[in-house]
Amino acid sequence: MSKILIIAEHLNGQLNPSTAKCVSCASKITGASIDIAVLAADPAAVAAQAAQIAGVARVRTLANAANAHALAVVYAPQVLAIAGEYTHVFGPSTTFGKDLMPRIAAKLGVSQVSDVMAVVDAHTFQRPIYAGNAIVTVKAPAGRTVVATVRTASFAAASGGGSAVIEAVAMDVPLPTHTRFVSLQQGGGDRPDLQTARVVVSGGRALGSAENFQLIYDFADKLKAGVGASRAAVDSGYAPNDLQVGQTGKIIAPELYIAIGISGAIQHLTGIKDAGTIVAINKDAEAPIFEVADIGLVADLTKAVPELMAAL
Amino acid sequence: MKILVGLKRVVDYTVRVQVKPDGSGVAIDGAKMSVNPFDEIALEEALRLREAGKASEVVVVSIGVAACMQQIDTGLAMGANRGILVKTEGAIQPLTAARVFAKLCAKEQPDLVILGKQAIDDDANQTAQMLAALLDQPQATFASKVEVDGNVARVTREVDAGLETLEVDLPAVLSVDLRLNTPRFIKLPDIMKAKSKPRETIELASLGIESGDHLATTQHAPPPKRQKGVIVKDVPELIAALKAKGLL
Ligand SMILES: Cc1cc2nc3c(=O)[nH]c(=O)nc-3n(C[C@H](O)[C@H](O)[C@H](O)COP(=O)(O)OP(=O)(O)OC[C@H]3O[C@@H](n4cnc5c(N)ncnc54)[C@H](O)[C@@H]3O)c2cc1C
Ligand SMILES: Nc1ncnc2c1ncn2[C@@H]1O[C@H](COP(=O)(O)O)[C@@H](O)[C@H]1O
Repeated sequence: MSKILIIAEHLNGQLNPSTAKCVSCASKITGASIDIAVLAADPAAVAAQAAQIAGVARVRTLANAANAHALAVVYAPQVLAIAGEYTHVFGPSTTFGKDLMPRIAAKLGVSQVSDVMAVVDAHTFQRPIYAGNAIVTVKAPAGRTVVATVRTASFAAASGGGSAVIEAVAMDVPLPTHTRFVSLQQGGGDRPDLQTARVVVSGGRALGSAENFQLIYDFADKLKAGVGASRAAVDSGYAPNDLQVGQTGKIIAPELYIAIGISGAIQHLTGIKDAGTIVAINKDAEAPIFEVADIGLVADLTKAVPELMAAL
Repeated sequence: MKILVGLKRVVDYTVRVQVKPDGSGVAIDGAKMSVNPFDEIALEEALRLREAGKASEVVVVSIGVAACMQQIDTGLAMGANRGILVKTEGAIQPLTAARVFAKLCAKEQPDLVILGKQAIDDDANQTAQMLAALLDQPQATFASKVEVDGNVARVTREVDAGLETLEVDLPAVLSVDLRLNTPRFIKLPDIMKAKSKPRETIELASLGIESGDHLATTQHAPPPKRQKGVIVKDVPELIAALKAKGLL
């Protein structure tokens, strides 16, 4: 039987929805028993949230002052201390999981399955390569721990209403001090989180300046939407880096994605393949974004977006 | 200070890669090959550290088939001091690459290893983290700013929540994100100058590492196609289409 450990992602006492998505992925493995590990300085609040995810057997807390910030080098030895009890160790394919999980895999001497999109069986998974231009089926060796990151856009969050037991793990492993947290400059603000928002409005190079990008924020606020951006918009300084959508930014799956002044480069499209409905507004009828858009409007954004806002 | 940089040979990012009709792989024979874009950024950063007097030597490493010497050539033309090709029969997986780098680190004793955050072929995003683990060294991944001061590097990282800054003691392993810098262009004289730079070839087998190629790929499939949509003629039609789908 599969015993799966999921490493919880959290910030400021809030469990990240990526954790429930990992549970959803893990529950696709027939007969799996699923535990969540919460590493934190004070794990109580996050553990209580994790315990409510349906399908979770146990939440194991690893309290340590050194866990105040999610440093991969500090988390890894603690996860490794309990990893031997499991057949699988999963984390989300967010910057948190991408940073941490390979460090665990290497210490276990196994390859990592990155960005699991679908579970075929306990050792067989589907994942994207070449910016999502190909989906491969990969088989991890039987009899070795499976370490994987879960592509959160491919799984709906497991529902709430669970009541897993919470157990503290006593642990005394040496933790390195060679890596120190200095600061976290958070973007965001009050807008819905890009990775979980139902609607996302994204702007591209066509916005032309940071001032003009305000139009995207205003439109998004009107729709209570999250805000995204193409790499060109981020590189040009119109939008902060944490808004980048795509192969090297965030992979998202909102119900509605509205791309404004974005050409639709393959690296951008790979980030929105799982979106429900894609709307594109672009003045170039030949722009590749129209090949994937469900609804396209060939128009100048400086006219179309204000008109849309006025009509809503 | 010595810096080791990984240069992976990958299909150029402008090539639209397609799955072979029989699902046995991707059709990339004869495709344009380049240095992984993130690795050019890694090398650029190493060169800037050398030019700022913080590093004395930049060594580029490519692991793969004999043709990877082209990527070493590119790295030397950009300005690296010397190159090491670790020759393999075919593609290797990240754990194997990390084990190769670990071997080279044991020999070369670099103060910094700078790799790309991900290779745009396998999109694995693992090698730097694995190498740091194998060496028991600090890791700072997805770097968008690197400052080296004596034995410490201060690295700003692009994370989902925003920008995180870490301080790591050297030696350390870094992986770089796209916004760290813009790599320089290679000029013709650079290529001429690079011709005489030292290039070393090492056979993978001679390193005596255990293979970490554990994942068997059993099938390649094209991504699910999205249905072609409709083009609406104006804003009122767009609103009507969204309402019809229950999205407004
Ligand atoms: C290794 C690598 C990784 C990458 N990762 C990512 C990634 O994660 N995410 C990402 O987005 N990109 C990524 N890119 C970059 C990608 O290739 C494109 O360069 C980028 O997505 C282009 O952004 P854009 O569509 O905003 O700009 P452009 O391609 O310049 O498109 C601008 C569009 O705006 C339209 N336009 C102009 N004016 C108006 C107007 N007034 N009204 C309406 N439309 C207008 C134009 O017709 C055009 O289609 C990556 C590239 C590489 C090499
Ligand atoms: N075969 C290789 N040769 C040189 N560098 C490599 C190789 N494989 C991985 N790397 C380095 O590791 C980074 C991440 O690769 P990956 O983990 O495969 O996404 C790349 O950007 C390179 O810097």
